[in-house]
Amino acid sequence: MNVLSSTAHASAGPTAEAAPFAAPPRPPRRRRRSSIGHPRITPYLFLLPTIVLFLGFKLYPYLSAFWTSLTSNIGGVITFVGLDNYLRLLEDPLFYKALGNTALILVVQVPLMLGLGIVLSVAFNSLLLKGRAFFRMAFFVPIVMGLVAYGILFSALFDSSAGIVNELLGYVGIGPIPWLVDPFWAKISIVLAMTWHYTGQNAIIYLAQLQSIPGELYEAAQVDGANGWQRFVNITLSGLRPALLLTVVLSTIGTLQLFDEPYVLTNGGPDNATLTVGMYLYQNGFKYFDFGYASAIGYALTVIIAVVSLIQFRLFRERAPKPISPKKSMSPKEKTR
Amino acid sequence: MTESLIGVRGRRTKSLVLTTVIAAGAVLMLLPFYWLIIATTYPSREIFASPPNVLPGPAFFDNLTGLLSDTLFGRAIGNSVLVASVYTLLGLVVCTAAGYAFAKFEFRGRGLLFGAVLITLALPSQVTLVPLFQIMVTLGWLDTYQALILPNLALPFGIFLMRQTMQAVPDELLQAARVDGAGEFRVFSRIVLPTVRPALAALAIFLFLAQWNEFVYPLVVLRTPESFTIPVSLASLQGIGTTDYGQLMMGTFLSVLPILVLFLFLQRHFVAGILAGAVKQ
Repeated sequence: MNVLSSTAHASAGPTAEAAPFAAPPRPPRRRRRSSIGHPRITPYLFLLPTIVLFLGFKLYPYLSAFWTSLTSNIGGVITFVGLDNYLRLLEDPLFYKALGNTALILVVQVPLMLGLGIVLSVAFNSLLLKGRAFFRMAFFVPIVMGLVAYGILFSALFDSSAGIVNELLGYVGIGPIPWLVDPFWAKISIVLAMTWHYTGQNAIIYLAQLQSIPGELYEAAQVDGANGWQRFVNITLSGLRPALLLTVVLSTIGTLQLFDEPYVLTNGGPDNATLTVGMYLYQNGFKYFDFGYASAIGYALTVIIAVVSLIQFRLFRERAPKPISPKKSMSPKEKTR
Repeated sequence: MTESLIGVRGRRTKSLVLTTVIAAGAVLMLLPFYWLIIATTYPSREIFASPPNVLPGPAFFDNLTGLLSDTLFGRAIGNSVLVASVYTLLGLVVCTAAGYAFAKFEFRGRGLLFGAVLITLALPSQVTLVPLFQIMVTLGWLDTYQALILPNLALPFGIFLMRQTMQAVPDELLQAARVDGAGEFRVFSRIVLPTVRPALAALAIFLFLAQWNEFVYPLVVLRTPESFTIPVSLASLQGIGTTDYGQLMMGTFLSVLPILVLFLFLQRHFVAGILAGAVKQ
């Protein structure tokens, strides 16, 4: 049905590229074929768009950003300045402030969110919970909201004077809390907003992993007299390890690049209390148009992300995976109740 | 499963407690949505009423028409729909083709190319903000659709996902088709694509959502309000002090509505797409 048919039995042998002239009405284009019978060019054709786009919009920008980070641009005159931008970065108190804010949000928000996610996933997995499908959806649905949209929404909810959060807290005698206008509470607001947005997604990731843990493990552990906590630590947490690694690393990378939430919720304020590295990069690049410095911040961020991720991979690996062996020993199974 | 009567009783109590706690949490999760919907139905000055509004008010259509006539938000909706749709279609083509090549072919440079894909998965995309802006200036592409669509088409995550999925397609199937005389493109489109349909749906949703919600890059390359996408438009509305709050809430609501509807109908694929993507790329 196809011009290729005459050579399609090439799979017979690796030397099939000796295409016979005895074939089709078409000009005898020599088709070099791989051992499994497709033209050698085929994979490259499938990859062509990716390669072109990759070169133009990924590789070139990354290289170009590195070059830019070594230059300064004063009044349109671009000069090579070596490592000056990086040296400036090392002495820039605002950069450290941004880094500190980002780190603080990271170490509070990620554990809070992932801890809640684990608890939720266990609940979602439990037969004791009624209406599980609905609850899964309810906790998951915030993720569909765009970052800007939920930023705007939360800036209204957390409004210090008229927001509904303070209104509700007022009913139980708390507050009013200066959510977005106080340096401390502004960070808390961002943490809470992010936790609302991402927790359900992480719970669903954990749930998927939990469902792959064989139920017999729990039964066997129970037979062996392990209490609920022991079962949770030794079976649940241990079984969640791959998903934990994934979510810890991805949440960390995401948080280190945090931009949208502080941009919309607090615009980095008050008094730069919620300025993040991502925002600082943006400000330098597109408010002050200091491309060299912005690029240096970008590469500093890259290095930080690489180092932190590497440490996390190490930590997770070193805690050698406890073989999940709840001693399925010959122990007497006659624990009649 | 074999429980004594007392066990059953204890179970019931536990079940009730657990369900109550989770339900309370769910209320907290859903409350912002409810507040948003209510807020779209009140005029600006009544949105922050005390005590808070519980039932819908009368101003839904005022806010809607006001938003569409006073601002360029309608235009932004059009831009977003167009850009996200085209991006999704092209992204599917590019990612599946690349994933297929990586999954089912042995070729020189495969390791190198795939390594490059994986590395960009880990590199912070913010590094490319400045260079992409410069590229778009050079090409004269500021404020254009292609500036939004092209740079992220070869989405590393998408390629990775399709590769993983297509590796499960048995080689024998492809061989058989080749022996039967199918050309390479036919093998791809008629044999491989249909077998990975669920992954395609998941990827499509992921792509659409990513483009629909993308903020910082469009913020950089879109300079005129006529070219704004929804998130950029919303942020600009929020930025100006004179913004009508009812309209702003309406815009926020409209930005979520299509995604929410999509989510309710395609929940399974949605979850699959987001699970596979796990957080932002």
